[in-house]
Amino acid sequence: MIIIIIFKIMLENGVCLKLSELKKHQEARVVRVDAEGELKQRLASFGLIRGAIVKIIDCSIRKSTIEIMVDNTLLALRKQEAEKIEVEKI
Amino acid sequence: MSCSSCKIETPKEYGVGAVKIALAGQPNVGKSMLINAMSGGNRVKVGNFSGVTVDKMEVCFEHHCHLFDLIDLPGTYSIDGFTKEEKVARDFLLNGEYDLILNVVDATNLQRNLLLTTELLELNKKMVLALNMMDEAEADGIKIDKEQLEKILGVKVVFVSAKRGEGIDELLDTMHEIAESSQRAHSRLIYSDPLEEEIIKVRKFLDEKGFSYRDWTNREVAIGLLFEQEKLYKELHDNPIMIELYPMIREALEHIYTHHETKDIKEIRANEHAAIARGVALEVVQQNQAPNSLTLTQKIDSILLNKYLGIPIFLFMMWALFWLTFEFGNIPMEYIDAAITAFGDFVGGYIVDDEIRSLIVDGIIAGVGAVLLFLPNIVILYIGIALLETTGYMSRVAFLLDGFFHKFGLHGKSFIPLVTGFGCTVPAYMAARTLKSEKDRLITLFILGFMSCGARLPVYVLFTGAFFSEAVAGNMLFLIYILGALIGLVMAKLLRIFVFKGEDEPFVMEMPKYRLPSFKLIWHTVYSNAASYLKKAGTFILLASVLIWFASNYPKNESIVEEYSKKIELAKSKEEKEKLVLKLQAKELESSYLGQIGKFSEPFFAPLGFDWRLSVALESGLAAKEVIVSTLGVLYSIGKVDQTSSSLKETLAKNLNIPTALSFIVFVMLYLPCFAASSVFTKEAGGFKYFVYLFLFTTTTAWLLSFITYRVALAIFGS
Repeated sequence: MIIIIIFKIMLENGVCLKLSELKKHQEARVVRVDAEGELKQRLASFGLIRGAIVKIIDCSIRKSTIEIMVDNTLLALRKQEAEKIEVEKI
Repeated sequence: MSCSSCKIETPKEYGVGAVKIALAGQPNVGKSMLINAMSGGNRVKVGNFSGVTVDKMEVCFEHHCHLFDLIDLPGTYSIDGFTKEEKVARDFLLNGEYDLILNVVDATNLQRNLLLTTELLELNKKMVLALNMMDEAEADGIKIDKEQLEKILGVKVVFVSAKRGEGIDELLDTMHEIAESSQRAHSRLIYSDPLEEEIIKVRKFLDEKGFSYRDWTNREVAIGLLFEQEKLYKELHDNPIMIELYPMIREALEHIYTHHETKDIKEIRANEHAAIARGVALEVVQQNQAPNSLTLTQKIDSILLNKYLGIPIFLFMMWALFWLTFEFGNIPMEYIDAAITAFGDFVGGYIVDDEIRSLIVDGIIAGVGAVLLFLPNIVILYIGIALLETTGYMSRVAFLLDGFFHKFGLHGKSFIPLVTGFGCTVPAYMAARTLKSEKDRLITLFILGFMSCGARLPVYVLFTGAFFSEAVAGNMLFLIYILGALIGLVMAKLLRIFVFKGEDEPFVMEMPKYRLPSFKLIWHTVYSNAASYLKKAGTFILLASVLIWFASNYPKNESIVEEYSKKIELAKSKEEKEKLVLKLQAKELESSYLGQIGKFSEPFFAPLGFDWRLSVALESGLAAKEVIVSTLGVLYSIGKVDQTSSSLKETLAKNLNIPTALSFIVFVMLYLPCFAASSVFTKEAGGFKYFVYLFLFTTTTAWLLSFITYRVALAIFGS
């Protein structure tokens, strides 16, 4: 409960963002991957884990898909998946 | 293939006495291209998107008098399993029999590729690492310290460039040497301190107990135990040492959990691997500037993935593809058509016997010729699809269309099998394996048949050419394909709502770097497809043509012949005589086997405006779609209006009206895929009952939509 409140405060203060909230060309560091099992594993197999540096390259119409770069790899994510990745700006 | 100097014949049975190699690597690392470079021949299809190698493939060849047997596993980012392909790869790597793993790695993206390499190293098998695309890495200013990499990983590393054919000899020699050596090199990966501490503890215990397992070192066993390798536990299950080991491992894991702040061992493993990959890349890769190819890719992406331009550009490309297919395809077509007709007349002139002449000219030449005619169209379509596949654009389209596809209950990745479906439905069904979720996959499988395959193209070209002016025909073709695709989407939505309800598969996919398509690669894809098309025309279609000719000529109805020959003799004017001959031919055809079948099924097709000939053509098209055209070729060449050599196109234009033609096109577009495709579907979907569903589903859809088309067109064009 306390953690959630802290997170909320952090979110409101803009310290902690969701990957989907970043703008084009912005860079950030992954803080937490809020996914389970297979999705988490798949993201990890692309290097999307805590501490990884990500950069937004492009988005499709209404941000339904987002292109990001992780360790020299271009990756496409759907908005729903990007929402599960918490990041902090650097 | 045989070796000239030592006379080794490639054995009929693959892999007898050969070095057996499991080829593993992430998607888009040029694995298939490397196989082509190694085997000298082009044995496998090569492509630049995940899903080209959907099943494991075997290639056998020899080099310096040594036999090699390669098992090409599907490209996987990880072997921990996610898609069906990753399961195929894992199963083979864990349980298959092979001498060594060849891990192909993209030298321009070492860090991410090493994530898989670390997983493979933990399998404790003999391994060789091939750093492919060294040419690109050099161009990007990337320098890699090979000796250091070998030292850290503990396996041999070879630099290669499959594209330029560099390092291939060295790679093959190294693999042979490693396979022959009696000792396996052990991985020298070093994990994080807390994990290492526990590994050492467990290892020491195993050492004290004098424990040994296969050719593993006790350190390797300790790592396997701590990472909870299922297979290892299964095999050690009955070993008494486990009684003492269990509490020890439990305690060790508790320590590791606290350090990693999670109890998910898979996540811990992934973190460890990521840390190793990052460390290794830092140590061995030297790069001064941002890689050119990556910056270029981003520049191209900023145009092709542009919010507003992206989709129009994609639509334009697809339109251009179909326009070219028709416009360019038409040029050689006219010559081929004329040549076939002339050839038929020429051959016919030398045959005295009426029956044999009819068999050869009306049966074989008309049937096979009708199919040959469309080779240019097929070639152009395949070039287009091959370009889409090899340049990396296909993944971009998935990215662009996911939002749209998702609304219809499909996955952006479904686009890949769907586009493959425009070429041939068979590989398309197999490409659907890239979809992880079973429901997504089934929906895609069910609607794949609505993507008109290359074999249906002849029907469309024939009918649009016969009923529309040349200027419109190309657009009509595009429209037909788009319409098929749209109907597919709507059906997908309906299936998603009513049949396959459930959760969506996440959309996470790599966007490979843009690569210039190599001419060799495109040529190979197009050549092999064209060759198989021709082979089909020469064998299957030929046989079908003979069968259809036979069924349309027999049984001979003597009474009709007699009745008419009397009438013809009595006829006064030449005109009347000709009319009677035509009537006789029509009557004969109607009483033939084919006529009987057609008549039998005519009531079913009558509401759609089809006569018995079109009905028969559709039924024979179940064998292969090309047969539709060859059947029409045979049927209309026998009952031809006049005996001068007019083409099938003209004959159809005279015999049918526009509503019928449109209705026919719609039916062909939507009904059951050919026999070969249907059997692959049954296998992929997982049972015969799915085939029954597919049959009912496609037939109903085709019938209803044809019916609507026919009635609407009648109202517009009149009969």
